[in-house]
Amino acid sequence: MRLYAAVAMSGFRRYATYRIATAAGVFTNTVFGFVLAYTFIALWHERPHLGGYDRAQALTFVWVSQALLATVSLLGGGFQEELQERVRNGDIAIDLYRPADLQLWWLAADLGRAGFQLLGRGVVPLLAGALHFELALPADPLRWLLFLCAVLLAVVVGFAVHYLVGLCAFWLLDGAGVAMVSQLLCLFFSGSLLPLTVFPGLFGAVARALPWAAMLQVPVDVLLGRHAGWGAAGALAFQAGWAAVLLALGRLTQARATRKVVVQGG
Amino acid sequence: MDLIELTDVEKVFTVRRRAGLLRRERREVRAVDGISFRVPRGEMVGYIGPNGAGKSTTIKMLTGILVPSRGRLRVAGIDPSRDRARLARRIGVVFGQRTTLWWDLPLRDSYGLVRRMYRIPDARYRANLDRCVELLDLGALLDVPVRQLSLGQRMRGDVAAALLHDPEVLYLDEPTIGLDVVSKARVRGFLRDLNAERGTTVLLTTHDLTDIEQLCRRVMVIDHGRLVYDGALDGLHTVGGSERMLVVDLERELPPMRDVPGARVVRVEGPRQWLAFPATRSAAPLVAAVAERYPLLDLSVREPDIEQVIARLYGDGPPRT
Amino acid sequence: MGERGHALRAYGLIAAMWIRSTMAYRLSFVLTALGNFAVSALDFVAILLMFSHIDALGGFTLPEVALLYGTTCTSFGLADLLLGNADRVGRRVRDGTFDQFLVRPVPVLVQVAADRFALRRIGRIGQGALVLAWGVARVDVEWTPGRVLFAVVMVVTGAAIFAAVFLAGAAFQFWAADASEVANSFTFGGCTLLQYPPTVFAKELVRGATFVVPLAFVNWLPALWLLGRDDPLHLPGWAAFCGPAVALLLLGLSGLAWRAGIRSYRSTGS
Repeated sequence: MRLYAAVAMSGFRRYATYRIATAAGVFTNTVFGFVLAYTFIALWHERPHLGGYDRAQALTFVWVSQALLATVSLLGGGFQEELQERVRNGDIAIDLYRPADLQLWWLAADLGRAGFQLLGRGVVPLLAGALHFELALPADPLRWLLFLCAVLLAVVVGFAVHYLVGLCAFWLLDGAGVAMVSQLLCLFFSGSLLPLTVFPGLFGAVARALPWAAMLQVPVDVLLGRHAGWGAAGALAFQAGWAAVLLALGRLTQARATRKVVVQGG
Repeated sequence: MDLIELTDVEKVFTVRRRAGLLRRERREVRAVDGISFRVPRGEMVGYIGPNGAGKSTTIKMLTGILVPSRGRLRVAGIDPSRDRARLARRIGVVFGQRTTLWWDLPLRDSYGLVRRMYRIPDARYRANLDRCVELLDLGALLDVPVRQLSLGQRMRGDVAAALLHDPEVLYLDEPTIGLDVVSKARVRGFLRDLNAERGTTVLLTTHDLTDIEQLCRRVMVIDHGRLVYDGALDGLHTVGGSERMLVVDLERELPPMRDVPGARVVRVEGPRQWLAFPATRSAAPLVAAVAERYPLLDLSVREPDIEQVIARLYGDGPPRT
Repeated sequence: MGERGHALRAYGLIAAMWIRSTMAYRLSFVLTALGNFAVSALDFVAILLMFSHIDALGGFTLPEVALLYGTTCTSFGLADLLLGNADRVGRRVRDGTFDQFLVRPVPVLVQVAADRFALRRIGRIGQGALVLAWGVARVDVEWTPGRVLFAVVMVVTGAAIFAAVFLAGAAFQFWAADASEVANSFTFGGCTLLQYPPTVFAKELVRGATFVVPLAFVNWLPALWLLGRDDPLHLPGWAAFCGPAVALLLLGLSGLAWRAGIRSYRSTGS
């Protein structure tokens, strides 16, 4: 346990060293936040209760999304590329002989990264949005606590998805294509383009049940208080369920990949 | 005629360092601190020094990548900092650890691009390629994607790529780093031939002193941005104050031979004793003196180790790598 | 053959090398090209989803928004294809491979622009062009030859403006190698901004996009003229025709910044 805490700490510190990149990222998130905020204002002006949100809630959705983009690595930029590269150049063999669990090792490092990016890239855009627009941020500390739990679970789900994609490199010479498809799904079905509640009919219902919903839509809804009381527990359980399923799939894949390395020598 | 001329060349970098939360320190670093040398056409020169001594800064100024802070620089009559593009056609550069070849394409394709970029006439290109292919033994590799080549094969490929446009001067940065013995020998042999037959001027930086011993009559040593030695390889011993070693096998164990003039005992191991003497002196009088006074079975002279000589030049201790 | 011809030819040759390299992984190329198409298409799907709930956004109908979307995406795609990898220059500087560009007899800018030329980006251009074609067919504009020419010039001008922004972003990396994302907010962010009608945004934002980073000349001002609408800033009518001049000016400025960047690199080595 202590080992993984140390790994997480080093993940945190590693990203903390990229100061300029962090500042640049914050700037980008803020710019996109403004662009999207105005389009949402126009949209909600036409349809005041679209997707069950009022205008302030819709704007909150925009800014919380921008604040979480990096944390749950919705646009890539997490560890996935690094994992693929290590598989490709064979360094993964070194990781496999380490006296630590491969999946947990990477998860710990990714949690450390997410921790830094929540602070480093999340706070400023959200503040910028809150200063310029009227947002529906809750005053209830319990709601914020629930939100943080939801973010943690979102990071774990995101990790599990990216881990699976990264492991594909064991079977594919070049994982860029799969990574691309994965990023597409992430982008669209997490709600980062448009809240999933705005998706119409059955399509929307399916989108809201997919694992990507757990990465952004659910945490934002938890913060907005759309899951009150036991509903919040249900939302977290939804996330935890997907996290468990995907992590288990990751373990399975990892076991097969390891066999492949042992048999073929990489 | 001198192909490369440097007169009092300096390169000063300003380094900013974080000192505390917001404060930043500015510090000037003289990477190259007043260097002058000339290299005549057709010479092969070794340029050595510890890491951070200013070697690659010098090379970067010679290739026009960096602009000198002060001093005068000419390569083939061209001021590299002003006329970088014109100079580019007349020089070849091989960065040892970074290939310029196209990873996923056959070696041949990389050469095709070089040909078009440098606008090499067809006949000349074909002649040069054939020659490189033969001498560097690249025939079987031309149609293999570069990613499948071994390090040694890739280096040979890189050397060929740098020579297709008949450069007058070739800069080599660590051309044998990481290569196996056979590849090293092949690259060295090729460079020797190139220099002998074509008269290509070669400036080579390396950590492998065997490269220098086998290729260069002249060596320049740089440390802390200054040339600390420029001359024949043998002369390094004089400057470095290096010593040769007379190893004497006596008939029996004896106390150290303190009465041999001009030498001192540095080690005793049973009947064998080691006497150090200046590399610049002849061994003959020493041998005579020993033979006269001691029961001698056998003796041999060991030449000084060039690495140690250079280590001494750099200051105390081994080369900083 | 003149130096300029040589430079252009060199661009083509380097790009061709990268294309052939890509083809070593054909499946990946197909997937990433489709992905590129799809990523771009998703933005439009989001717009379609919006219009499944509304009839007009900021007073603009779906075909009108499609026209805006199509022009900016096509222009952006062209610039991204031709120059988009210039933002790798920071990475090149950091890992030391930038030096190679300086010892070859081809302008550094050409080599940087063609670096890792990514043919898959035609996916985005194709998607933008499709939406543009649909928008052109559906908007209420009488397409005289003059108007068609105007639209073509608009797309080319837009590509030039985006190219200037890409180039400025690349130049900026000589001073801040990690800051490639700042350029992204102007390129990708700008492209997203221009997908929507200017009436949606706050006046200050539109002013910024007109006078500070003049992205408004990519499509807003010319498209408003085509559609016969007033622009929210009430600029004089001839502003719609200033695109090419603005593009040239921006390219000139970016070129100067790029030169200054190279000069800085050559004196500091970093």
